[in-house]
Amino acid sequence: MLVLNDLLTTLPFMTADRADIVISSFWPMLKGGLYYSIPLTIIAFICGMLIALFVALIRVIPQQNKLHKLFYVLTSIYVSAIRGTPLLVQLFIIFYGLPNVGITLPPFTSAVISFSLNVGAYGSEVVRGAIISIPKGQWEAGFTIGMSYLHTFRRIIFPEAVRLAIPPLSNTFISLVKDSSLASLVLVTELFKQAQNVAARTYEFMLVYIEAALIYWLICFLLSLLQARLEKRLSRHNQRKL
Amino acid sequence: MISIKNIHKSFGATQVIKGVDLTIEKGEVVVIIGPSGSGKTTFLRCINALEIPQQGAIDFSAEPAFSIDFTQKPKQKQILDLRRHSAMVFQQYNLFPHKTALENVMEGPLQVQKRPLSEVQQQATQLLEHVGLKDKIHFYPSQLSGGQQQRVGIARAIALQPQIILFDEPTSALDPELVHEVLQTMNALAKEGQTMLIVTHEINFARDVADKVIFIDQGIIVEQGPAKQVIDHPQHERTQAFLQRILNQ
Repeated sequence: MLVLNDLLTTLPFMTADRADIVISSFWPMLKGGLYYSIPLTIIAFICGMLIALFVALIRVIPQQNKLHKLFYVLTSIYVSAIRGTPLLVQLFIIFYGLPNVGITLPPFTSAVISFSLNVGAYGSEVVRGAIISIPKGQWEAGFTIGMSYLHTFRRIIFPEAVRLAIPPLSNTFISLVKDSSLASLVLVTELFKQAQNVAARTYEFMLVYIEAALIYWLICFLLSLLQARLEKRLSRHNQRKL
Repeated sequence: MISIKNIHKSFGATQVIKGVDLTIEKGEVVVIIGPSGSGKTTFLRCINALEIPQQGAIDFSAEPAFSIDFTQKPKQKQILDLRRHSAMVFQQYNLFPHKTALENVMEGPLQVQKRPLSEVQQQATQLLEHVGLKDKIHFYPSQLSGGQQQRVGIARAIALQPQIILFDEPTSALDPELVHEVLQTMNALAKEGQTMLIVTHEINFARDVADKVIFIDQGIIVEQGPAKQVIDHPQHERTQAFLQRILNQ
């Protein structure tokens, strides 16, 4: 620890006291990240992707019957409403607004719900785009070997669409990591909330917020490495260079 | 025997197929020729309901027998049934890019026909050997040339053991030097007694391999008959003009 302290004090404006604050606040912030920010991100992303897939499917399937039409209209309204309103407002409606109609949700749950709905709407457009960019010939090839629409989707179109959707969805995921800091405003003691607590106590705003920023950056950097590996794995069949 | 009766197909106000009848015997190779825009590909796609005709009927008399009448809008179940009587080879191959050659061939028999894995695998391997791709069975489509991909496409069609294989300009997207290997594969298939309906511009192939040649123009059959007769001694003026254009290239 002393070595680290000495090392930090070589930086400009860095006194021994300040170095102490940096070191002692690191663990609470990281813990906020590990216990709240990252689980929040992952759970919301998974739920969001399930919503996204469902919504995308409803919106690409050729018009079927009345029920489908109803779902089509509902999902269109959902996507439009979520994309047309700020995430922070959605979060406040769920956490501060719902209690007025008798539904009180804990902070973490509120955050998961609003982030899932948000990712679901944006993700559905990404997934829909990926699905409709698969050439029509792939559908036809599925049909001519005797597959139904959904069977072709599951076996042929979906696996190909996933590969196309990975880069934009990784973007969504990384944005979500950062947007999870908004949960501090509904009292989730995640990474940035911890940073705010330390800063309020020590008045070292610059120092502590830069430290928080660096931790976010580190998490996102590790995630982008993961993304690169995933992309490589999913395109192993496409070995010709573009 | 497959009888196709009075097929009509229009897109919006444009009538593309104006009442085409065709009977194909078991083991027969029928080639459709005609100028571009004549409706020959659309006609082919009507036979497996990739395009749904507004009128007409199709009967498969061999077991499992099946017939469909398009006068009423067909149900999904009927369309699925119709498609399971035929297989198709596409101009752009349309192989599944995320599956190897072997997996492409196995997909239908395994997923649709629910045949046992060991049997399907053995059959698929044999078929790929048969089309000359023994050493390529674990390659992905992106690692194969156009001609090789199309031969995988042909193997994929045969694997379904359909009553008829439909070929939609199977060599049109290929480099000239790769056309031969695909035509050779199709020729071998014809000799084995596979029933085939082929849309193509390869006139020499049609003369050598087809039992019957059909000339379609403006959505109707203008002339049909034995291959040599239609190609070498066309009776109709439009057939003569078309063949002259294509042979003088």
